Amino acid sequence: MAEKLMKFSEAVKRFDPVIGLETHVELCTNTKLFCPAHIEFGGEPNTQLTPVSLGLPGSLPVINETAVDFAIKLGLALHCEIAEWSQFARKNYFYPDMPRDYQISQYDKPTNGNGYLDVELDDGSIFRVPIERAHIEDDAGKNTHVGGADGRIEGADHSLVDYNRAGVPLIEIVTKPIEGAGERAAEIAGAYMRTLRDIVRALGISHARMEQGNMRADVNVSLRNKPTDPLGTRSETKNVNSFRGIEKTIVYEIRRQAALLSDGGEVLQETRHWDEASQTTAGGRLKTDADDYRYFPDPDLVMLHITKEHIERIAKDMPEMPRERRNRLQGEWKFSDLEMRDVINADALDLIEDTVKAGATASGAKKWWLGELSREANAKGVSLEELPITPADVAEVEKLIASGKLNDKLAKKTVSGVLAGEGTPDEVVKKHGYEVVQDTGALEAAVDKALADNPDIVEKLKSGNMKPMGAIIGAVMRATKGQADAKAVSGLVMKKLH
Amino acid sequence: MSNATELVKLSAAQMAEKIRSKEVSSRELTQAHLDVIEAAEPTVNAFLHVSDKEALAQADAFDKKLAEGDTEGLPELAGVPIAIKDMIVTKGIPTTAASKILEGWVPPYDATVIEKIKAAGMPILGKTNLDEFAQGSSTEHSAFGNTHNPWDATRVPGGSGGGSASAVGSYEAPLALGTDTGGSIRQPGAFTGTVGVKPTYGGVSRYGAIAMASSLDQIGPCGRTVLDTALLHEVIGGNDRRDSTSIPAPVPPVAAAAREGLKRDLKGVRVGLIKEIGGEGFEAGVAARFNEAVKLLESMGAEVKEVSLPHLPYSLGAYYIIMPSEVSSNLARYDGMRYGLRVMPPAGVPQTSANMMAYTREAGFGDEVKRRIILGTYALSAGYYDAWYGSAQKVRTLVIDDFNKAFEQVDVLVSPTAPSTAFHFGEKTSDPLSMYLGDVATIPANMAGVPAMSIPCGLSDNGMPVGFQFFAPQRHDEAMYKPAAALEAALEEQWGGNILTKMATPWLNA
Amino acid sequence: MATFTREEIEHLADLARIALTDEEITRMQSELNAVADAIDEVQKVATDDVPPTANPVPLEAYLRPDVAATPLTQEEALAGAPRDRPGHVRRPADPGRVIHEQRH
Repeated sequence: MAEKLMKFSEAVKRFDPVIGLETHVELCTNTKLFCPAHIEFGGEPNTQLTPVSLGLPGSLPVINETAVDFAIKLGLALHCEIAEWSQFARKNYFYPDMPRDYQISQYDKPTNGNGYLDVELDDGSIFRVPIERAHIEDDAGKNTHVGGADGRIEGADHSLVDYNRAGVPLIEIVTKPIEGAGERAAEIAGAYMRTLRDIVRALGISHARMEQGNMRADVNVSLRNKPTDPLGTRSETKNVNSFRGIEKTIVYEIRRQAALLSDGGEVLQETRHWDEASQTTAGGRLKTDADDYRYFPDPDLVMLHITKEHIERIAKDMPEMPRERRNRLQGEWKFSDLEMRDVINADALDLIEDTVKAGATASGAKKWWLGELSREANAKGVSLEELPITPADVAEVEKLIASGKLNDKLAKKTVSGVLAGEGTPDEVVKKHGYEVVQDTGALEAAVDKALADNPDIVEKLKSGNMKPMGAIIGAVMRATKGQADAKAVSGLVMKKLH
Repeated sequence: MSNATELVKLSAAQMAEKIRSKEVSSRELTQAHLDVIEAAEPTVNAFLHVSDKEALAQADAFDKKLAEGDTEGLPELAGVPIAIKDMIVTKGIPTTAASKILEGWVPPYDATVIEKIKAAGMPILGKTNLDEFAQGSSTEHSAFGNTHNPWDATRVPGGSGGGSASAVGSYEAPLALGTDTGGSIRQPGAFTGTVGVKPTYGGVSRYGAIAMASSLDQIGPCGRTVLDTALLHEVIGGNDRRDSTSIPAPVPPVAAAAREGLKRDLKGVRVGLIKEIGGEGFEAGVAARFNEAVKLLESMGAEVKEVSLPHLPYSLGAYYIIMPSEVSSNLARYDGMRYGLRVMPPAGVPQTSANMMAYTREAGFGDEVKRRIILGTYALSAGYYDAWYGSAQKVRTLVIDDFNKAFEQVDVLVSPTAPSTAFHFGEKTSDPLSMYLGDVATIPANMAGVPAMSIPCGLSDNGMPVGFQFFAPQRHDEAMYKPAAALEAALEEQWGGNILTKMATPWLNA
Repeated sequence: MATFTREEIEHLADLARIALTDEEITRMQSELNAVADAIDEVQKVATDDVPPTANPVPLEAYLRPDVAATPLTQEEALAGAPRDRPGHVRRPADPGRVIHEQRH
């Protein structure tokens, strides 16, 4: 059943949208938050468990030091107040994937509170997103549904549970209501999420791969008639796991709620979910008193004490933050603002930096990642990072071009070979014999043959009409299977005609 | 069987002495106890599981070590067998918490205290009965039958650790481990004429103790003498990095304090009588034996005075908020998913995981456990939290302050362990509140985290043992062992031996 | 003074995932009300100026080094669980709910 939507431009004219984001970031610690089980993505099911992460009777949690260090790092990067004393609490609710049937989280005494994150928008302006808190908690296991279509729960007759993810540390970053976003709400949310992703990666605290679920967000949207009104009833769209999904959720919810409100309807306080296939959000569960989580301080864990010295020790080793890094790299690479924005929007900053480090020029690296490779990624619907080609491969191709061993056409074929899994650029070149013909004897023979085969073109060229030169080059290319250098061919032709 | 009978009636310290002097092997000692278990179980029913094969193998391993002279660094009790309350997980030995919901569960790991017991070369005789998930004061709430008091089989052994206390009282085991959340070691000790100790909260690792109420639970020793419990306390105590609430300090010198007490010199020891415990509701025989024992303490030089802890009367109510709250959360994990019982909903009810959990928990938990889960769920609910849980945590602050102030004036506090002696089966099961009131003297120590112990101080008019309770300041468990050992020595002189010598033990002569 | 209505106990049983029988609810109602009266006493002394205590012995958290230890084997982890595909725990499905919906 399609829901009624209002045109976006009209919706933001009539209503003031307020958004909020609750982002879960999975930390890349070696072991779990409360036990020494090693964490590995994609391991055999139910093999990364101790009595603690399996919630066996008698087991007790002990806090992972690295997880606390990571939380402090993020707190500093988000300009938070880091609590000297914070506390873990139990959030009680039954869930088959959660071995203790309560989550250990932080409630009224989180480690990080009251910060902000400045994000840069498309027009270069800065928007300050206020942060309410960034607290530490543990993750649940994973379900596979059996009997239903494509892993969806509807129609499934039972499920299979893998508890490996249970106990993996998360930080949940909760924004305050983001006001004053207006028609740019989606853009601000997208920019915030990307900036947050860049920060946690720069800090080295998470792989932050949305496609692997390392980072996911709950998106809250509410509307009110005007900015001075109290906040309206919000919908909460759970676990959106792509930047575009987050942006689209916001646009969709603004349009849906606007249509509802202008028809005299009421927005329900409910949890929804983003459906990629239909590009809509669907209603889920109404918020009721069944959501009584009965928080109380976890009696198995005592107060977490973070001293000034501890914070100073972490602060000393803070890496360069993304925005400073971006400015530095732009200077080094001599990119214009526009070029730099294209790089950022394509999520290619890390890739280009690595390619340059591997020996390519900045412009050469940009040409590949934003050109050929972006097209390929788009066509396949994957991110640049997921393409089966590394920055080192790209740098190698660039080197082969610079040394005159590959022309543009062969370079593209080489890259295609790498993407097809045929090996490194060197291996692909060897396998297919892609190499510019350097042997002038063979080239001369091909030119001679082409000229002899096309006497009419030879006449035109002699008369000064250079247009058909392309045809001769084409013929030579065909004869050399593309391995000739076009400039060298036209030079030879001119020499032979005069 | 007379040699064996003599053997099992020794104190654990004496048994250990005989092992060290190679008068007796650990295997002989273990076998003697397994024989008593076989003879006494029809009367007392203290064990849920007897691990005879494992115990004998552990005994043999220790005997081999001893023969090879490889016992360097082992504690004094090395080679002496022990019984374990079935609330503590034992790798490879079924662990049930006396609940149907865990029936058949075999843990893949050992509790920290079990690792220490094993490292000490102490054979594990088996797992003892308790009220389901340690919730009760009579062991009548076990899903697997009642344990009987060895003094009078028509009476309860107390609870929740009735199994451990009866096993020690009936000579089935010289020592046992218990868990004490509101008196579950001390009250059964009082009811069976044995010694039971609740160490300082955090003094013994809780890793592997099935949680009832995490901020109150404490593992502790059960024995027949003060020194025996002190020796066991030293085996199991000390810091454990797997328990965040474990105190990062070595176990206090409790055995030395007990030995010091045996000299029966209490000059300079200040003893406080708790004004708020006693009087109405306390049996006459209990009060009489208690007062006589206080006189004995005085006669050994102790300075006795009355001390008021004004908020103690509120600790029972606060306990019955905090305890079920934590119970409701700690027992959530028994949901039929990963281990233990799984009951699918009946036909006509949707076969969902939510319903599977609800029917599993309905079938797997007993009445008392369900009652506490519901009460705790209520106490933690939004809207009631501040009035209930929040208030209880404040009372806890007041009770701790009361103890701190009292211990500025005295070295130890004393009271009867329980208002009554062991009652008859069924006497209190229909009235939960009267059962709860029986814990009035033991609960304050759990609320305040202070150590406390119960030792026998005589028999009431009904011929049943009376318990005398000592309290010491947090982290100073040794402070109570000295006067306790002194009182025990003075009383045994009057009785002409341990109080258990007054108990009929027909199973030993069978 | 706290009083437990029948509906309240049904709701609590739902929150606590226990399929109580009607007879159990009736019995529990009177028992819980007796206990609740006793507990109400507590509020008399729990005034605003008294701070709450969660752990009786004041300690600050020990932080564990981020070093891995040997995990349980898959067999140990799943020994007590119903299984029908190697390595996973089998659970009933929850129709009508969306996969991620209950995630925190």
